[in-house]
Amino acid sequence: MNKRVTIDPVTRIEGHLRVDVEVDGGRVKKAWASGQMWRGVENILIGRDPRDAWAITQRICGVCTTVHAIASVRAVENALQLEIPVNAQYIRNMIILAHAVHDHIVHFYHLSALDWVDVVSALKADPEKTASLAQSLSNWNGNSKAEFVKVQERLKGFVGTGQLGIFTNGYWGHPAMKLTPEVNLLAVSHYLQALEVQRYASKIVAVLGSKSPHIQNVAVGGVANPLATDAQSVLTIERLLAIKEWMLKLEDFVKNVYLIDVGAIGGFYADWTKYGKGITDYLSVPDIPLDGKGTQFALPGGYIEGGKLDSYKPIKTFNDQYFTDGVSEAIKHSWYNYSAGNDKSLHPYKGETTPNYTDFQDDGKYSWLKSPTFYGKPMQVGPLPRVMNMLAAGHEPTKKYATAALDLVSKVAGAKVGVDALHSTIGRHAARAVGCAVQVDELINQWDLLLANMAKGDLKTFNRPVFPKGEQMGVGFHEAPRGVLSHWVVIDSGKIKNYQCVVPTTWNAAPRNEKDQPGAYEACLIDNPVADPEKPLEVLRTVHSFDPCLACAVHVVDQENNPVVTVKAV
Amino acid sequence: MRIVVLGIGNILLTDEGVGVRVVEALERDYVLPPEVEVIDGGTCGMEMLEQLENLDGLIVVDCVRCKQPPATPVLLKGDDVPVFFKTKLSPHQVSLSDVLASLQFTDRAPKTIAIVGMQPVSMSLGMELSPEVAAKVPELVAMTIAELRLLGIDAKVRA
Repeated sequence: MNKRVTIDPVTRIEGHLRVDVEVDGGRVKKAWASGQMWRGVENILIGRDPRDAWAITQRICGVCTTVHAIASVRAVENALQLEIPVNAQYIRNMIILAHAVHDHIVHFYHLSALDWVDVVSALKADPEKTASLAQSLSNWNGNSKAEFVKVQERLKGFVGTGQLGIFTNGYWGHPAMKLTPEVNLLAVSHYLQALEVQRYASKIVAVLGSKSPHIQNVAVGGVANPLATDAQSVLTIERLLAIKEWMLKLEDFVKNVYLIDVGAIGGFYADWTKYGKGITDYLSVPDIPLDGKGTQFALPGGYIEGGKLDSYKPIKTFNDQYFTDGVSEAIKHSWYNYSAGNDKSLHPYKGETTPNYTDFQDDGKYSWLKSPTFYGKPMQVGPLPRVMNMLAAGHEPTKKYATAALDLVSKVAGAKVGVDALHSTIGRHAARAVGCAVQVDELINQWDLLLANMAKGDLKTFNRPVFPKGEQMGVGFHEAPRGVLSHWVVIDSGKIKNYQCVVPTTWNAAPRNEKDQPGAYEACLIDNPVADPEKPLEVLRTVHSFDPCLACAVHVVDQENNPVVTVKAV
Repeated sequence: MRIVVLGIGNILLTDEGVGVRVVEALERDYVLPPEVEVIDGGTCGMEMLEQLENLDGLIVVDCVRCKQPPATPVLLKGDDVPVFFKTKLSPHQVSLSDVLASLQFTDRAPKTIAIVGMQPVSMSLGMELSPEVAAKVPELVAMTIAELRLLGIDAKVRA
């Protein structure tokens, strides 16, 4: 007998995503992902000065403000074919990478680890055994017995008083929880250490972005603040030296804690390499430009069909027509109308944002998200597509960290686990950690490149944009933490004529498209196990593995006094 | 002594952004001593963790839904504050409550929290407040200053 389960909202953080699944025989048979709020922010931008768009678009999202600022200035620069100083690229690149490292650490430890880690079980752990396990995996200095004893004591205080606070949404004692008390204690300890470490990434963004939250140090044409070797109140050598220290702390944590924990937890949950595969058409874009025009990148990106590395097609420059021509958005199952008909799919330059709300209709319209496609096909975007494309491109650091992670998973699981295991729910977590190790290395590399260029006497950070009469169109793409983000702008005589944001969560959480093909979440949920429809932890595991962030895909407004999470099994 | 006045909200959704507009007005019209930090938090979460650690007082200014007539200012303190975070009064409470719960777990929670809130008139798309709520911004600024005074802080009108 079929059971319908509705999870609304799905995210622990801001956003409003609803997922419905039909469960039969303990497995998901049908799934719907629905954005529950209207996003019409594009309409606010029409008629405005393109130089202001980045400051407005970074307010779309509560989790990843900087990514919209970056995509927006790139879009306007692309429309003007404006080259920016290489120093500005390096500074933006460091903001991008520090933000990404922050986002990945917080996602794993603070937003999704609780799907896998039973906090209450950690109370039963033997701290001595936890320490010997931890020390066998890593030489991180926070793995002492004394540290684990301390964390366990603190946890006892919280559980004893019923104040689980941040942990209240967990499914403690659920049959799908498989870690030993010792591993649970290890994870809780690293959860707390991650809280300490993530601040260094925030501080890097705050110094380079000159304000946090919401960076100010960006401009169409480069970055706003001058570089200086002497003056105060700009980016000085002292400040650059300070952020280098923070980068090294992040590097230590990412390589000696995060990557190890993901490998170990992945090994204990090796059965989750069987679930959550779904769409294996993987799209990513190259990022971390190394020149002012965006023709060379530190991190490659492109398209892979069916998960096959040898099908890789690179996206090469900011002007790559292969990317620009391939993107379109359908609304057959979305709460919008297109003037040319609802069976059409529109290129973002021709995009329309006209709402048409109906009820949630299983076979009709059911989401505020549009359904983006690449050459007519739904895609998966995010850390897994990113890592797969970098592997396909032969990117050596990616190979190194992917091999290290898979070797550790194999050791813990007691069986050889290969690259194919990454096409899964747990594989997305592993890919995110592998990508994060690559990013933290590149963060330090960008710092070195900036200092080397400054040493040559080049302190330029800004090229003034000039807006010609007539119409220009541009796209700014960015490989954001959650995947491909693109902003599309049409400028007419210095004013914005059209603006569309195609955000990562729209790709992944898309409803069915004009050909009724499901989006990535919907496809990945098919055959997902569900032991108890009242406690659909396994569904959350697969959805959370994408790091959903609906705040930008849609916006958040909620009914009065709603509980934070409604699980409704019908 | 460390005190933060935190304005939160999405300025793209009219009254949703009232918290940000109030702290902008506060900074524009008043001079505050160095122990008070005014933060435009937008819709952010964990990025603010460090700025909110070990505070003697936290004053949150936000749009809240609390069954009051539209454009009604509200002040939540003491026992009402946990209710603010338990029920979804504000769209931002999920991420801010995560930050505060983390601070609590690490023994760095603010000593006192006050919420200066506003029942919205409009949550539709737009960068301006509704006229009704815009007219109440000075009142919310005054409520914030009164809370600061209770914490021993004297805000001076900017010359």
